[in-house]
Amino acid sequence: MEYLPHEQKPKAANAGPSSPWALEMIDAKIGSLKDSAQVVLEHVNWAVAPGDYWVIGGLRASGKSDFIATAAGLMRPLEGMLRVFGQELSAGFEEEQLQTRLLIGLVFDGGRLFNHLTLAENVLLPIRYHQRLPLQEGLEKTEALLKLIGLADRATTTPGTLGHNWQQRVGLARALALKPRILLLDNPLVGLDPRDVSWWLDISDQLSAGHPIVDGHPMTLAATADDLRPWKGHARQFAILKGKSFLPVNDPNVAVAADDAWLHQLLGVELGVEPIKK
Amino acid sequence: MDNGTASGFDEPETSLLWRSSLPRSYLNFFGRRIIRFFHALHGLGAFALITLGVSFSKFRVAGHVIRPLIFAHLARSGLRLLPMIIFLAVALGLVVIGQTVSLLTRVGAQQFLGTVMVTVVVRELGPLLTALVVLSRIGTANVIELGTARALGEVEALEVLGIDPVHYLVVPRVIGMALGIFSLTIYLLLGALASGYLWAFIQDVPLMPGDYFRQLAGALRGLDFVLLAVKTCSFGVIIAVVTCYYGLAQPLRLEEVSRATIRAVAQSVTACVLLDALFIIVYLLA
Repeated sequence: MEYLPHEQKPKAANAGPSSPWALEMIDAKIGSLKDSAQVVLEHVNWAVAPGDYWVIGGLRASGKSDFIATAAGLMRPLEGMLRVFGQELSAGFEEEQLQTRLLIGLVFDGGRLFNHLTLAENVLLPIRYHQRLPLQEGLEKTEALLKLIGLADRATTTPGTLGHNWQQRVGLARALALKPRILLLDNPLVGLDPRDVSWWLDISDQLSAGHPIVDGHPMTLAATADDLRPWKGHARQFAILKGKSFLPVNDPNVAVAADDAWLHQLLGVELGVEPIKK
Repeated sequence: MDNGTASGFDEPETSLLWRSSLPRSYLNFFGRRIIRFFHALHGLGAFALITLGVSFSKFRVAGHVIRPLIFAHLARSGLRLLPMIIFLAVALGLVVIGQTVSLLTRVGAQQFLGTVMVTVVVRELGPLLTALVVLSRIGTANVIELGTARALGEVEALEVLGIDPVHYLVVPRVIGMALGIFSLTIYLLLGALASGYLWAFIQDVPLMPGDYFRQLAGALRGLDFVLLAVKTCSFGVIIAVVTCYYGLAQPLRLEEVSRATIRAVAQSVTACVLLDALFIIVYLLA
């Protein structure tokens, strides 16, 4: 796999004018979604340039979901700062905050669809809520998104009739409905069979390169994963979460931290990073 | 004995044997209840203010999405409960009005008929009974739906999409429930007063329909209509806010939904009765 160091990131055409970074976490302390007082990660410094394609690995309970939820603005860092295209993202739905918030799309693990709505309504809801489009135009967009995920013929069914893998795909269609510039994926490959894994990797690559469904703009992607190996040859930047720390793979500290078998194998063998002996 | 638990009620029954003295445990009991009451009051007040703020600040936001939701909740809290309300109206007419008319006529106190009907049925029983029906049928469903949505992470999904959960989930429920209880109360009162006369007629009470309705009309004042509207809408707002608060405002696990529902029902009933008492004072002063 060709690994591009942080300094050689490709710059996408959709970079914000006010900041070179699409997403920045500055010395962030991240709490748990279930118990915000519980600290899961500390001193997180993460700078994502437009067009980046990150995958953040970590074992169970390492704080992947909390990390990605914080990056999506679902909760504020307990300390430090989160910026999206130079704008600090905080809680609230005021117009100024909203425009920044809508630059980010998040696909939850399992989709987290609205169970009382049909698949089409799930995808249509953000379009209808935020855009004053005629219903017909909204329905056409919805149909195109459902076609992308291979569920156009099941538009009128409810999420309860679908399996986890399909619900997650609808979650992707819903996240893409407003054409965000940053797409965050919370552990999209967990529990999937090889065919679905391949589909997710392909669609992520296409979105990163610029898919017609988002008008061909290259998207900034960040995904979390239990296992970094499937992403080899797809993602361009890697990081791991270990011991309450966020460690980019090109950071020498990560190699120092690679003192257990799992990390040694993951980093040394698969990603081509030589661990530094203590 | 201070057991250190938050509620003081979850301990096994056997631990009661180890209590050092009853008076102290009573103090603990009431102390915790009072602290919990004020804590709940604070949370509910804040949630109500947030809802009010969002209702105004997002009045023109996504109207084409929110308006159909309001109509859906109005139908749910109003139209779909109409058969139940008509049944209760007939029962109320039988139990209260029919017997009251018959009794007053027997003791020669027919001239108080209108006053008694307006005081008992229009001002008190009608609105309160309707509110309790809506609470039991729709309020409980609110807590379960919203609590489950919260537990399954649907609320976070709304937030990520830039949709304010209070705007999308709470505001339509508050407006729909307020208008629903108001409308249902009107139907309940009309049905109860009409069926009441019907039951009196069946019992051969010598009272002409014209006299009956004339007395009712004579006892009603303009203020009754205004206060009836305010009271019923307030009941709707209270039930919607309390049930939405317990469903939405705090992170829930699925197993906590039933407890949240019980609390919401208990506090809604208490709040409605207290508001009713407040309106009695207004009626007495007016």
